[in-house]
Amino acid sequence: MSNITLVEAINLALARAMEDDESVVVLGEDVGLNGGVFRATAGLQQRFGPERVADTPLAEGLIAGMAVGMAAEGLRPVAEIQFAGFAYTTIDQMLNHAGRLRHRTQGRLSCPMVLRTPCGAGIHAPEHHSESPEAMFAHIPGIRVVYPSSPSRAYGLLLAAIQDPDPVVFLEPSRLYRRFKEEVEDDGTPLPLDKAFVAREGTDVTFVAWGAMLREALDAAEELAAEGLFAEVIDLATLKPIDFDTVLASVKKTGRCVVITEAPRTCSLASEISANVSEQALLSLLAPVERVTGFDTVTPMFRLEERYMPDAARIAAAARKVMEYQ
Amino acid sequence: MTVAAAFEIRFTRYLLPDGREAADLPTFAADPRALVPDYRAMVFMRALDAKAVAMQRTGQIGTYASTLGKEAVDAGIGGVLRKEDVLLPSYRESGVLMLRGVSPHRTLLYWGGDERGNVFPESPRDFPFNVPIGTQLPHAAGVAYAMKLRREPRVALVMCGDGATSKGDFYEALNAAGVWQLPMVVVAVNNQYAISVPRHLQSKAKTLAQKAIAAGVDCEQLDGNDLIAVRDAVGRAVEKARTGGGPTLLEALTYRLSDHTTADDATRYRSAEEVAEQWKQEPILRLRTWLHAKGAWSQAEEQALAKQAAGHVQKMVQAYLETPPPGPEQMFEHLYARLPRQYAVQLARLAEETERDVEHHAG
Repeated sequence: MSNITLVEAINLALARAMEDDESVVVLGEDVGLNGGVFRATAGLQQRFGPERVADTPLAEGLIAGMAVGMAAEGLRPVAEIQFAGFAYTTIDQMLNHAGRLRHRTQGRLSCPMVLRTPCGAGIHAPEHHSESPEAMFAHIPGIRVVYPSSPSRAYGLLLAAIQDPDPVVFLEPSRLYRRFKEEVEDDGTPLPLDKAFVAREGTDVTFVAWGAMLREALDAAEELAAEGLFAEVIDLATLKPIDFDTVLASVKKTGRCVVITEAPRTCSLASEISANVSEQALLSLLAPVERVTGFDTVTPMFRLEERYMPDAARIAAAARKVMEYQ
Repeated sequence: MTVAAAFEIRFTRYLLPDGREAADLPTFAADPRALVPDYRAMVFMRALDAKAVAMQRTGQIGTYASTLGKEAVDAGIGGVLRKEDVLLPSYRESGVLMLRGVSPHRTLLYWGGDERGNVFPESPRDFPFNVPIGTQLPHAAGVAYAMKLRREPRVALVMCGDGATSKGDFYEALNAAGVWQLPMVVVAVNNQYAISVPRHLQSKAKTLAQKAIAAGVDCEQLDGNDLIAVRDAVGRAVEKARTGGGPTLLEALTYRLSDHTTADDATRYRSAEEVAEQWKQEPILRLRTWLHAKGAWSQAEEQALAKQAAGHVQKMVQAYLETPPPGPEQMFEHLYARLPRQYAVQLARLAEETERDVEHHAG
């Protein structure tokens, strides 16, 4: 057991996966000697050599496309895109190839790759360094999208993503990289994919959140508990496919639902979850599903990012609003 | 000013359009009979191609991309690659796939709208047909990286058209192959048109081969209508890659004698005179003329081959037509290694709708 940050947990999971399976390779910009701009790959090249931890030329589409080729040829590539804002050119490869290869060859070739990228605002980074493209990836058939919210989740979910036989986009909340520490056992045990976790039990309202927003949801739940209002907080963890069983079970218990994401509102995962809850739990709902989201604006530069990101106060306000329905 | 670096692009051709020899032949062509299998393959390709076009015209398959005119490129590559190598084709490479052992009825399945057209049990590591232009080049770099990492004497050979050389993917993959000296061979099949856009609007570069120079990758141009040139150049590039010599870009000059696909009408953008002129350069007649001149091929053999090809085509058509159509559940099959339970609802809905439609038609 060691008390580590989320980015250290990523590093630990990568090292464990590389140790246990020699087909695991890491590639990306600055992932080698430099250990990645966030140090997620620190020490890996020294330990596993430059062939298995490869600094690539600066071309994100190439990185994703190479990972497809490597995976089809039997490696388990873990590709790093330096920031989610630079991941858009990878969508061509993820959509046209990674998510399709198994299907279009009817199981002959497959694509066990992981595309990691730090995601989200809140670290006072330059322009294009704070985006949340989660819904764009979640829209792609044939892939998984995973978003950890803590060091232990990051460790277990990344191991699971690397072991998974299909492509996984692994979004890492850069804001939580060094925000807090958690005890993590480096025992190589993966967490289940396609499964949400109940992060806090409650009876009055269900919060569905992921990544950095889970902390805000937990803070809001703490604040509301003082008012005698008990929120159940669900850590979605896998954004595609969504574990609606867990979400719906909670909503059927509480009768109210608030979905939180820092991504823009329109066509967001919050919209998708809201629609599903409305379709499948209407008779349990005591109030309309509330969405707490980023605005339909470009992610602002950092002087305004605090005003952009949903926070505990906004979430608590949404909870009070759904409680008005009796 | 002094010269910081200077480059030249070499061009390989052994057979002139009229079948005469333009240079001393490489050793593999010393016995002309050794090239008869390639010639036979080219004739089979053309027969299959003509049938596929006819099948589209009669509604038996969907839109089809003809291979007319590039048979020497396909036969040359197919003849040089080893079983353990990996081919990454674009959508116009059914000829090479045939030589990889893939039954041509799969090409009909593919253009007939069936995913099973990309199942190549005979050559299971090869990549499927690739439609989004140039996106297969990064895959080739990844495949070649895996081969090099595992110290395997194998080669990734990727094919693309002249249009693809304008894409970032093309340059990104070449650049990466240069950095890591990957066992990768790129064959850019320059058939002079990207649908309607002619070569001169694609790039101001004098050759497409020279695009590799920027990436520090060896490159050369060759006559893609000359089977001997293709075999020679691809053979050298593949052997170099296999023995640790790094990547090569080959630009094979040819001409798309067909429309872009059966959905295209090339008379909108090029003249009959231009096409007629190109028919004088075409690869099959060129090789046959040479084989005849060498006494390596007779009129009787030609007639027998035509008959054989027609019979083979008929068998392929039969195999295609006898393949039962895919069930609707095929949409969900192989989407993931194991379909996530979340898909159960959608799968059930599809089954329900299918059953309803079946009952409706029956009733």
